[in-house]
Amino acid sequence: MTDFSCEIHDDGVAVITWDVPGKSMNVLTREAFAALDGQVDQALADDAVKGIVITSGKESFAGGMDLNVLASIRDAAGEDPAPKLFEFVMEGHRILRNIERAGMDPKTNKGGKPVACAIPGLCAGIGTEIALACHRRFMADTPKGRIGLPEIRVGLFPGAGGTTRYSRMVGAMAAAPVLLEGKLLEPRKAKPAQLVDEVVAADELLARAKDWVLNATDADLVKPWDQKGFKLPGGAPYHPQGFMTFVGASAMINGKTKGVYPAAKALLSAVYEGALVPFDTALRIEARHFTNILLNPTSSAMIRSLFISKEALEKGARRPDASDQKVRKVGVLGAGMMGAGIAYVSARVGVDVVLVDRDQASAEGGKAHSEEILDKGIARRRVTEEEKAEVLGRILATADLEDLEGCDLIVEAVFEDPGVKADITKSAEKIAGDDCIFATNTSTLPITELAQASVRPEQFIGIHFFSPVDRMLLVEIIKGAKTGDRAVAKALDYVRQIRKTPIVVNDARFFYANRCIIPYINEGLRMVGEGMEPALVENAAKLLGFPLGPLQLVDETSIDLGVKIARATRAAMGDAYPDEAVDAVLFWMADQGRLGRKAGAGFYAYDASGKRTGLWEGLRERFGGEGNPALDEVQNRLMMVQALEAVRALEEGVLSDIREGDVGAILGWGFAPWSGGPFSWLDMTGAGRAMEICADLEARFGTRFAQPSLLSELATSGEGFYGRFGSVRNAA
Amino acid sequence: MGDAYIYDAIRSPRGKGRSDGSLHEVTPVKLSADLLNAMKRRNGLEGHAVEDVVWGNATQVKEQGGCLARTAVLASDLDERVPGLSINRFCASGMEAVNLAANQVKGGAGDAYIAGGVECMSRVPMGSDGAAIAVDPSVAMKAYFVPQGISADIIATEYGFSRDDADAYAVESQQRAARAWDEGRFENSIVPVSDQNGMTILDRDEHMRPDTDMQALGALSPAFKDQGEVMPGFDAVALMKYPHLERICHVHHAGNSSGIVDGAAAVLVGSKEFGEANDLVPRARIRATAKIGTDPTIMLTGPVPATERVLADGGMTIGDIDLFEVNEAFSSVVLRFMQAFGVDHGVLNVNGGAIAMGHPLGASGAIIIGTLLDEMERQNKETGLAAICVASGMGAATILERV
Repeated sequence: MTDFSCEIHDDGVAVITWDVPGKSMNVLTREAFAALDGQVDQALADDAVKGIVITSGKESFAGGMDLNVLASIRDAAGEDPAPKLFEFVMEGHRILRNIERAGMDPKTNKGGKPVACAIPGLCAGIGTEIALACHRRFMADTPKGRIGLPEIRVGLFPGAGGTTRYSRMVGAMAAAPVLLEGKLLEPRKAKPAQLVDEVVAADELLARAKDWVLNATDADLVKPWDQKGFKLPGGAPYHPQGFMTFVGASAMINGKTKGVYPAAKALLSAVYEGALVPFDTALRIEARHFTNILLNPTSSAMIRSLFISKEALEKGARRPDASDQKVRKVGVLGAGMMGAGIAYVSARVGVDVVLVDRDQASAEGGKAHSEEILDKGIARRRVTEEEKAEVLGRILATADLEDLEGCDLIVEAVFEDPGVKADITKSAEKIAGDDCIFATNTSTLPITELAQASVRPEQFIGIHFFSPVDRMLLVEIIKGAKTGDRAVAKALDYVRQIRKTPIVVNDARFFYANRCIIPYINEGLRMVGEGMEPALVENAAKLLGFPLGPLQLVDETSIDLGVKIARATRAAMGDAYPDEAVDAVLFWMADQGRLGRKAGAGFYAYDASGKRTGLWEGLRERFGGEGNPALDEVQNRLMMVQALEAVRALEEGVLSDIREGDVGAILGWGFAPWSGGPFSWLDMTGAGRAMEICADLEARFGTRFAQPSLLSELATSGEGFYGRFGSVRNAA
Repeated sequence: MGDAYIYDAIRSPRGKGRSDGSLHEVTPVKLSADLLNAMKRRNGLEGHAVEDVVWGNATQVKEQGGCLARTAVLASDLDERVPGLSINRFCASGMEAVNLAANQVKGGAGDAYIAGGVECMSRVPMGSDGAAIAVDPSVAMKAYFVPQGISADIIATEYGFSRDDADAYAVESQQRAARAWDEGRFENSIVPVSDQNGMTILDRDEHMRPDTDMQALGALSPAFKDQGEVMPGFDAVALMKYPHLERICHVHHAGNSSGIVDGAAAVLVGSKEFGEANDLVPRARIRATAKIGTDPTIMLTGPVPATERVLADGGMTIGDIDLFEVNEAFSSVVLRFMQAFGVDHGVLNVNGGAIAMGHPLGASGAIIIGTLLDEMERQNKETGLAAICVASGMGAATILERV
């Protein structure tokens, strides 16, 4: 069996069906692309064929290019991969251009055979680029159907003509949501966006496409850019209207991406430079930019972390060998913000939920959270009334622990107090069956200690959700000293059910994510205390691609929580406590009553509606000094303080897989996504250079920048983290 | 090396740069050729009297394209052996024409030049020649391109000039320009624009608003706030380059920025021998010239390093300069210049500037050299310095010394 098969129907329409054997969704390989090319050529040459319909044998059309293919072409090309990659990309252009021209006479534009694309469902990436090369696109009207070009989300841009074709179809401005934001559109929105021409009933899809093919005229096949006098919609760059669009586009992309995403820049350059030349030259320009992006370490790191590693982790790369542990009924203890969120994400995917709180009203309040989210979904037409009823029907809100009977997983999300947690652990375990896995959603308390309250510590585990639960993609699974394999498998299977990405770490203070986030916040506070302009702290972080600067982050998480953590850490560490300089700022803020966003006053000032109005002027009055350091020094501190913490977590065995360190950092707290995560960033920087930065920072700012011995080893050996740890674990 | 001298400096009046401006009906070719003819007439430049016409212009397309300098020579009464060189360093084009001519003369490449420039902004709009720096993403992003108004607002934010500072400066510019006109201080250098019948089209700068006060300016909304904060959001780009700023304060508007006008200016530059041979008296020596590139995002701070450089070139310090002309592209540009050097407003832009009278891009550099020289003579001062800020992050300066 091959990925594409061609059948010539009696009416003279050749139907080419894409159906990759053994996969639930079509992804394109190099060989399959060649096969498609061969079948198109055959059909064009066959006098019995009047036209072609390209469709899919699956519910969806295509998920995109197999990104592993791009990585393997790059790796296989050796020392000088650019020519091989360019050749590969240009071959793609030739194949799609062959479909688009379909045997037409180059001068008269006559004599071609019509090619339609029939899209049954999801259509993304190169699937959409194939469709855009066809003469007409039909899409089935299904609720889950989506079409778009999401390449930008993994650090690429549409490189098989999608950028050039789509920008020429709708103009640079109108193309932005699809090309630059990577939005996937539902069928009814895809039509005005011109991604598809007709939205039809699913059962008529093929018939409608064939019907068009049989009735198409020569003129129907000619793309605007192959006709004389083509003008770019919205204006070419040096047309008065287009001028403002392109001036604005550079500013918008620069401002929004903070200049750290090379793919966005390359995309815009391909559109701009392409708009000034004929179509085939534009494709070559697009190919040059695309090749350059494939070779850019940023896009490689993003593809590795955000696609390859993320998918591997989601598919159970770290799962111990154990039977299927899918969750049927989950008990959630505590219906506060976290518990309510956990209940929602569980019920949403078909898991029965018992949501327990001290009294019925509190439990119902937690359930109401699900209703709110579902109502918003209904308002956006993403959720139906039936779905809402189903989801809510799965959540039992109760004050009676006895209702936990029959749960195969319990997630405890009560107040962060060891005593309270111990009590509820004991009571719940008595009711749940012997097989039940007990998880705690603590973010700060050691799992091994909490497990002491359990009669079955091998079935006790940490499942650390991030807030807000329904939106955050990461779940941190923490193994206590006695946690057994089945508990890990259970947690992983559960996280897979709720469609989030897991990392599995060992038990240590603050686990992995908070261990790195806290130093990030603290470094920002230190800088303020040193008299640095607070705006520089925040902007330096944003220019690294962090969604929130340290000061805004601490305002969001609240300053009293920071104080509480600082006090606990100080108590635990005694004289070795290293963060006096942080506390000088943090505690002073608390003393001023500026507890963060919730108090309407923190490092930022807020207006009556809770909107940030700017950094609080009092900071400058209290701490402000003369002059500011260079941006790169501030950025090195902010990056390194987190990256070194990640390295120490690896050294200490808290992390056992660098992929988890990278994926967890990006999904957990938005660590510079362009870098691929802290380990990818260190590899990109080079261990030697990282050592130099550390040495300088340590001399001036203290031992928190001391080089971990693992880093010096890698600097000496010349290996990167992925060189040393990547291949072995990837094979696992 | 020889010396280069200024023998004459003239300009057209400046017309409002709009379709109802008095010079809107006049072509840039005529505006240029008329000044060349005036220069010939006033100085008796018969035959192949000058080596070249170096002509600045910032928007070299359409009727300002195709080497306007040569076109203007052919349209004028100058000898056809005088060739014509169009140059473009945006707002410094007119100054660069003078400096280039001076340095050619100093180096012995020709005895005399007519240098100057023209800009008919009502006819060939600013930006109509395109500009890759703004449009081509590969350079626009690399250079953190923002429009000039945003740059002027970055200067105000970075160096602490308030809206009131900027407005007060503008009011003073208007009052000084009005007084200069009332007292006839531009009399010797203004060449009225006339039609082919000898009827006057314009004989006075018409952009001025002498009655402007703080209250009137206070009513104007900041002109660059929306494009900075909303669409397309240039402030975010500015903060990438100036991350120690929390936000950009938008203080500039039409009233404290230079006016869009039509106008031209010309300067006769020659060697000592040229003057002797043609019986002309040198008015000033061009003692030093400079040009410099600066950060393109803040863009308009060039006059400061250009001045440092021109002072070094002339072997002088700021205290050696008696009078200053700094082009009033925006209030903050001049405020920053005074702040950087501790120069008193009393000796700078004594007769107002581009905020009141307008800024014909390609001509302004030559205009302020002429205005500076006129005022040096009026006050009987020895030295003067003219400086100008330039798009894309450049600056230029010239030091004059009376002989």
